[in-house]
This record gives sequence, C-alpha cells and structure tokens, in this order.
Amino acid sequence: MSFTEPKAGRVAPWIQTNWDLRAAGNFIGGGSGTGLLIAAAFAVGAEYRPFAVVGLGFVAMGLLCVFLEIGRHLRAPRVLAHVGRSWMTREAIVAPFLFGVGLAAAWYQTPLLAWLTALLAALYLFCQARILHAAKGIPAWREPRVIPLIVATGLAEGAGFLIALSAVFGVPLPVRWPELGLAVLLVARTVAWRRYRKRLQAPARALAALDAGRLAFDRIGNWVAAPLAVIASVLTPGPVATWLAAAAGVLAVVGGWHFKITLVTRAAYNQGFALPALPVRGKGPVGPAAKPGW
Amino acid sequence: MTRWAMTVDLRRCIGCQTCTAACKQTNATAPGTQWRQVLDMESGEYPDVRRTFVPVGCMHCADPPCVHVCPTTATRKRDDGLVTMDYDVCIGCGYCAVACPYQARHINHRRTYAYGGGPNETEAARFDPKRMSVANKCTFCVERIDAGLAKGLKPGVDPEATPACVNSCITQTYAFGDREDPNSNVSQLLAENHWFRMHEELGTDPGIYYIVDEK
Repeated sequence: MSFTEPKAGRVAPWIQTNWDLRAAGNFIGGGSGTGLLIAAAFAVGAEYRPFAVVGLGFVAMGLLCVFLEIGRHLRAPRVLAHVGRSWMTREAIVAPFLFGVGLAAAWYQTPLLAWLTALLAALYLFCQARILHAAKGIPAWREPRVIPLIVATGLAEGAGFLIALSAVFGVPLPVRWPELGLAVLLVARTVAWRRYRKRLQAPARALAALDAGRLAFDRIGNWVAAPLAVIASVLTPGPVATWLAAAAGVLAVVGGWHFKITLVTRAAYNQGFALPALPVRGKGPVGPAAKPGW
Repeated sequence: MTRWAMTVDLRRCIGCQTCTAACKQTNATAPGTQWRQVLDMESGEYPDVRRTFVPVGCMHCADPPCVHVCPTTATRKRDDGLVTMDYDVCIGCGYCAVACPYQARHINHRRTYAYGGGPNETEAARFDPKRMSVANKCTFCVERIDAGLAKGLKPGVDPEATPACVNSCITQTYAFGDREDPNSNVSQLLAENHWFRMHEELGTDPGIYYIVDEK
C-alpha cells in the first residue's frame, strides 16, 4: 500500500523538534564524562586528578545543555520532584552526589573515592540510557536494546578519552594494555549496535538515518578504532604506540558522539498516526490497515 | 470509579474541522497549536483508494507515558482518567512531548499571532503567559467537566459539561461519557459497534475509541 501525505496536517512520522542538539549534548557530555570517570578509576595511583576534572567537566557541560534546552530556567530545581518514576529526576538526583564525591576524589586521589565516583558515574550513565528508553513516542529510542547500546557507547568513549588524554597530558597509565581494554569495549559496542539495529522497528526514514550514520559510528568509530588499539597494544612502548592508541581513542569518542547526534536529532522520527482498520463508508467491509511512513 | 472517555465514529467524520475551530476558540491555543485536529488520511492505490478523516488529540491514556516521564509531576492523571497539566510547575523540558506516541503535546517558546506582527483583540484579551515555554495539550475541557459536575450536570449529556469539540460536531462523530458506566452513551456505542484504539500495541490504554463498523 502506498500513501500520499496531504499538504495540511502530518500523518506519516516526522522528526520531533522538542529535543535538539542541546539534548544530544547532554548525552554526549554525560556519556563521555561518566565513561571517563569510570575508566579513570583504573588509573588511580598515577595522576587521577586531570582525568576526574575533565570527566566532571563533560558531565557539567551536558547538564548545561539541558539547562539551555528547558523552557523555564528558574524552575529547574523542580526536576527533582518525581523520583518514583522519572529517569530524568533520577539522573538529576545522582548528579550532585557525583560532583561532590568526584571533586573529593580529584582532590585526595584515593582509590576508595575514585571507585565511589565510578559507581555514581555508572548510575548516571544508566539513567541516561533509561531516559531515552522511556520516550515511548520515538521508536528509535524506546527499543529496549538502546539501553546496553548507550551504556556501551559511554564506556567505550570513556576508555578512548582516557587513552587520548594520557597521551596529551603525558601521563602514563598504571594499567597493563589499556588499548586492549578499549578494543574489547569497542567490540562490545559493535555487538550492542548490531543487536539494537537488528531488532529495531521504526519508521523507514529513521532507519535510513541510522544507517547513514553507520560509516562514522560503526565503520570508523568501531572497526577502524579497534584494530588501531590492538596494533598499539602489541607495539613496543614509545611515541608511535602512544599516538596510535590516542588516535584509536579519539575515533572511539568521535564515533560515539556522531551516533548520539544521529540518534537524538536525525533518527528521532515520532510514531506518526496509524489505523488498524479503515471505516465502512456506506456498505461493504472495513478497509485495510494504514500505517504511513513505516 | 469514573473514566471519562471519547468515541469517534470514523464513518461520520467529514473533515469539516469545526471541532478544531471550536477547540481553538474555547482554549485559546496559539497559531499552529491544535489540541484537537482532524487528519486527512489518503490510502490505497488507484483505483482502490480511500480517504479517511481522523480526529486526534490527547488520548487521556490510563497508562500515560507522559505522566511517567515528567520529572516535575506537572503532568498528572486524575482518578477520573483525565490527564492534566499544571502550567505553574512545568519546566518545559519537552520529555512528555517525546514520550507521547500521539504527538499530542505542544510547547510554544515564542508568542505568535494569527495575523500580522501583533495580537488582535481576542488574542490580546485571552493571552495566558503561564502557557509560554511549558507543555500544553488537550484537557478534554476539564474546566467544563468540573464546572458542570459541580452544577449536577452530566458530561456527555449536558452540553455545558461536555468538551467543546463534542458539542460542536455537526455530524455527531463524537460522543463523550463514562467508560466505566455500562449505561453511558460511550459504553453503549462501544457495545454495539466494532472499534479500535490507536497504537494500542504500545500499552498506553488510550481513552479515545475509534468506531469503524456496526456489529
């Protein structure tokens, strides 16, 4: 059945416009920031502070994006009112604890505080994944497999960020083969993406938008970055291995960001309208179902 | 227990948009914001094509995703099934708008006018600053229902206690009443006809029933 969308009134799914790049910024900042805080817990014992500060900074940047997105800025504290059901409230409740403990961890650099920060960061990241899943009006978001995908993306971005920043700061990481850890997370992200995409039922244009973003996210962000990380891990430690690993980290981060922008802005087609049966006109049977845009 | 619900007889709707106009007049919604709208759906392939007019709006779901996600509790569900908005509490985050599978929610960040760059007399008189930058949606004319009930009137039977779209319909497409009352007009219509609810597979238990044929 073909469908012609009339000029007046939209019937087939269209891209929602309530959440834009600012909302994507929250998932980018929150995902990369919490991922870095989790990965940095493994680096405690060396110079933990810069990683923690950058991680918290990214989470703060994400929250600033949300603040800019809402319509009534002065009412922002009311976001804390619905802890019983809303994942946005839960994210907002975790945030002050994350910043409090995270700043203490950055100051004292103790393993206990660093791991407590990582735990809170993981909670925050999980809340972000659940925020998308609870948006029932957007088929590309409500698919349950978006949860492991968002978590895996955040973790991979965090590991990539850690490796890239350690190269920039000249801080050696006190863990063995961090590049291999990144490669494992990228494989996990690939598996999560494939499982998500395989089961996703969404409007045709949403699927097309996701597939158009596959080059940057899956091909480059995963399939180029992962081998680079593996190669860097087997090379003799030195500048070449360091910068190769940093390149893999940057690709992992940028790929994740590209995916989130795609998911939140370009693939965010709404449900549209559908009729499981068309009404009888005069005499005769009911008409066949109509679901334009799917 | 009462659950206010609406039936829409798709066999009767002719797409005249009188309900849309009545809703705008009653609720003073901004240009481009239609709490009640009638879709013009064309389907099929020549020569077997069909045109269906489909009134849509907030479905006042029994399990409303907008209520679950709202971080401020500005969106609530009353005991009588009506999903309400508190404009004084909403922060305009838009989460309800992306959670609603019926595209029923609107947020107006800028004041707009039907004609030209300024408000006409009616727009100036009925402008409500509380509604700016917060979510808004169809309320099933909750004020009319509550005021009517306070006077001992029956929603769906007495026009004064009935949503404006239902009152205005020239083809009696709409009916409004208590779904939990087996003797109500909507319960009787649903017992006598074949019907469906939109996107029922999503588990929202919507409160608008579309009638397609008699039993």
